[in-house]
Amino acid sequence: MLANQIGYYSLILGLLLSVLLCGVSIKDFNKTNKQINQNILSLSFLQLVFVIVSFLSLIISFINSDFSNETVFNNSHTTKPLFYKISGTWGNHEGSLLLWLLVLTLFIFLFLIKSREQPKKYRILTLLFQQIIIIGFFLFVLMTSNPFNYLFPTPNEGLGLNPILQDPALAIHPPILYLGYVGTSIIFSSSLAAVTQNYILKQWGQHIKKWVLVSWIFLTIGIMLGSIWAYYELGWGGFWFWDPVENVSLMPWLTLTALLHCVVVLERRAALTSWVVILSITTFTLSMCGTFLVRSGILNSVHTFANDPARGIFILIFLFALIVLSLGIFFTFHKENNKSSNNFFWLSRETSILINNWFMMYFLSVVLIGTVYPIFLDVISSEKISVGPPFYQKLIVPFLIPFLLFMSLGPRLKWIKSKIENKNSLIITFIISVMLTFFIIKNLTADLLFYTVLISAAFFLFFTTLKELFIKKFNNISQTVSHFGLSLLILSILFNNILSSEIITNIKIGERYDYNKGEIFFKKIEERKESNFNSIIASFEIKNKNGKTIELKPEIRIYNQPIIITSEADIRTTLLEDKFLVMNLVKGNEYFNIRYQVKPFMVWIWISVLLLSLGGLMSLFKRKI
Amino acid sequence: MKNKFSLFVVVIFFSFCFVIFYKGLNAPNNYTPKVNEKKNIPTFKAKDFYSNNFVNSDKIFEENIFYIINIWASWCVPCRAEHPLLMRLSKNKSIKLIGLNYRDNLNNAKKFINELGNPYSQTIIDNDGTLSVEFGAYGVPETFIIDKDKKIIRKFIGPIDKQILEEIKSITK
Repeated sequence: MLANQIGYYSLILGLLLSVLLCGVSIKDFNKTNKQINQNILSLSFLQLVFVIVSFLSLIISFINSDFSNETVFNNSHTTKPLFYKISGTWGNHEGSLLLWLLVLTLFIFLFLIKSREQPKKYRILTLLFQQIIIIGFFLFVLMTSNPFNYLFPTPNEGLGLNPILQDPALAIHPPILYLGYVGTSIIFSSSLAAVTQNYILKQWGQHIKKWVLVSWIFLTIGIMLGSIWAYYELGWGGFWFWDPVENVSLMPWLTLTALLHCVVVLERRAALTSWVVILSITTFTLSMCGTFLVRSGILNSVHTFANDPARGIFILIFLFALIVLSLGIFFTFHKENNKSSNNFFWLSRETSILINNWFMMYFLSVVLIGTVYPIFLDVISSEKISVGPPFYQKLIVPFLIPFLLFMSLGPRLKWIKSKIENKNSLIITFIISVMLTFFIIKNLTADLLFYTVLISAAFFLFFTTLKELFIKKFNNISQTVSHFGLSLLILSILFNNILSSEIITNIKIGERYDYNKGEIFFKKIEERKESNFNSIIASFEIKNKNGKTIELKPEIRIYNQPIIITSEADIRTTLLEDKFLVMNLVKGNEYFNIRYQVKPFMVWIWISVLLLSLGGLMSLFKRKI
Repeated sequence: MKNKFSLFVVVIFFSFCFVIFYKGLNAPNNYTPKVNEKKNIPTFKAKDFYSNNFVNSDKIFEENIFYIINIWASWCVPCRAEHPLLMRLSKNKSIKLIGLNYRDNLNNAKKFINELGNPYSQTIIDNDGTLSVEFGAYGVPETFIIDKDKKIIRKFIGPIDKQILEEIKSITK
């Protein structure tokens, strides 16, 4: 009760502080003092405190199962374990928006602390742009999605949290992803501020690079966590489904990756300034667009918490207002400064980064079209289509070949003008890659030529970066680690795709099922009761042709609040392969439908993504050269 | 000049997007799976079980009667259990049974038929399981009823039993 009130009024105070902050900043803008007014920092801190208080109050309401709060009533239940009561705070629309606000205010406060050496006007403008976003979100939360709505009479019991969200990976996935997603707002605000101040210079590049890296690392890990969750929880046995929601997290990642590379050019050479600005704007716009797509209910997915058109319209108008604002600023203020730095030889590091950009833009457009085209088509011709994995695979996979080749060569080039060195060793590496690939996959797939070329390209990158790691040990190790991670990621995904095998069958207790590589034996089922669900745990013995037996125990859970049946896969992970078994009930039958998959190199997909982000982390903490 | 033009294009583009999204918001957006709706049978080309020649789907379903498609495999234990019922169903003159042999070894499958009898007027081979997926099957055995308009009107997951047999009979009367 009390927590509810405190939370609500903290939010209102936070909004008032935003307005106050804008006023103070505008007043301070034209003053001649060198540093910004100390009050601005204090006010920003105070705003952060209010949002934290508000967030904590919501957590307390969840812990106490205070059902007089509508959000708690809708998304919690007394029988839920404490851990999921807490994680339920951001497992719903209202709470997750509060998390948005928290990250927004946290980042602007950190920005103000960390940017003391930057010009005063630039800092104030960044603060102003960020406050525009913050005010927008305060209004959004207070007007359409208040997390502290009061219910009277107080219900005795809540409606419960969607069981598939009751999961440890999903408890940390939203906060991590949000740090990345919302972190891009700082990049957006500061690049707009830098454009108006004509401050897109080397110094700015060095300063903003840290923020780009932070967002990029969190976004990468956040996406991975979501993917891990989907892998073991949704029971489809895959890790990426090209679901619209996954796509909207991938799109900012692509532009952010391109931005990261451009910023590297900017901090060295003050070139590609338009790219940097446009990409900063696009990245945040895509994050917002993602929020719009999944929160408005225009798309249907596990992330669509509420289908309330009022919310959709608010974000939509807000989103386009931000687009108009940023484009207006870009077209009015942006000048390509310093023409000389845009001169570089065709064979140079700059060119390779430009090529990388174009590839990223291509991947982005494929994902973007695949995601929004169904909406456009539905509106224009009321035809409903869904765009599935084949679309993305057909359009993206072939282009990975040149992409990987360029990626192996690009980092070896020097700035401004370069020539390819060590041609012989490169050619030898390439030949080794091709031969290795050919021997590995010649018996595996029908599409030999295509896969040989594709996997060779991936191996080529793998070997060149590996060599780099050992030879030039400390020269740009962060970049090498990331690129090595990416090559490993692509190799793991490809081999995972080619070598995976799957068996789907209906089976009953005590039955054996023979397949050409072994035998599945359905031993027994047990029942177990937990506070928030009852479960049926089956035990299967799987014998492969070497006579080795493993036992897998997939589970079917019947959650009590809300009543939902979920299948929990049992996964045996080893370094080489994952064995994945999931079962479903067949209605009105003693048979269970099982799906048994052997998925090679699964764990390497996660490891390589971690390597990818480790590279970013190393770059973040690298001492200045 | 060039700048103004690109600004103009960009503004038009985003206005268009805005309108589309705005309209999209108001459109109903619950994609309820069309379970109950009649679904057309897929058109396909498949190998015949006995002749090993390719046959077209419109050739298989050319008569103006009810068809029953049964997805089966020799390795599938419940298929063995439901087979006698299929044999009984095959005596019914108003319907035709089409067997879809799912991911099977041809010799084992022929042995299976020789041992238990052949209820199917025609059997086609689905070696990689793609055809079954096109029909919307989850596994074996599954049975589909196709009406005279060549639409799938009912589907049974798992082996058929006496109750289902009666249901099929009453639908196809």
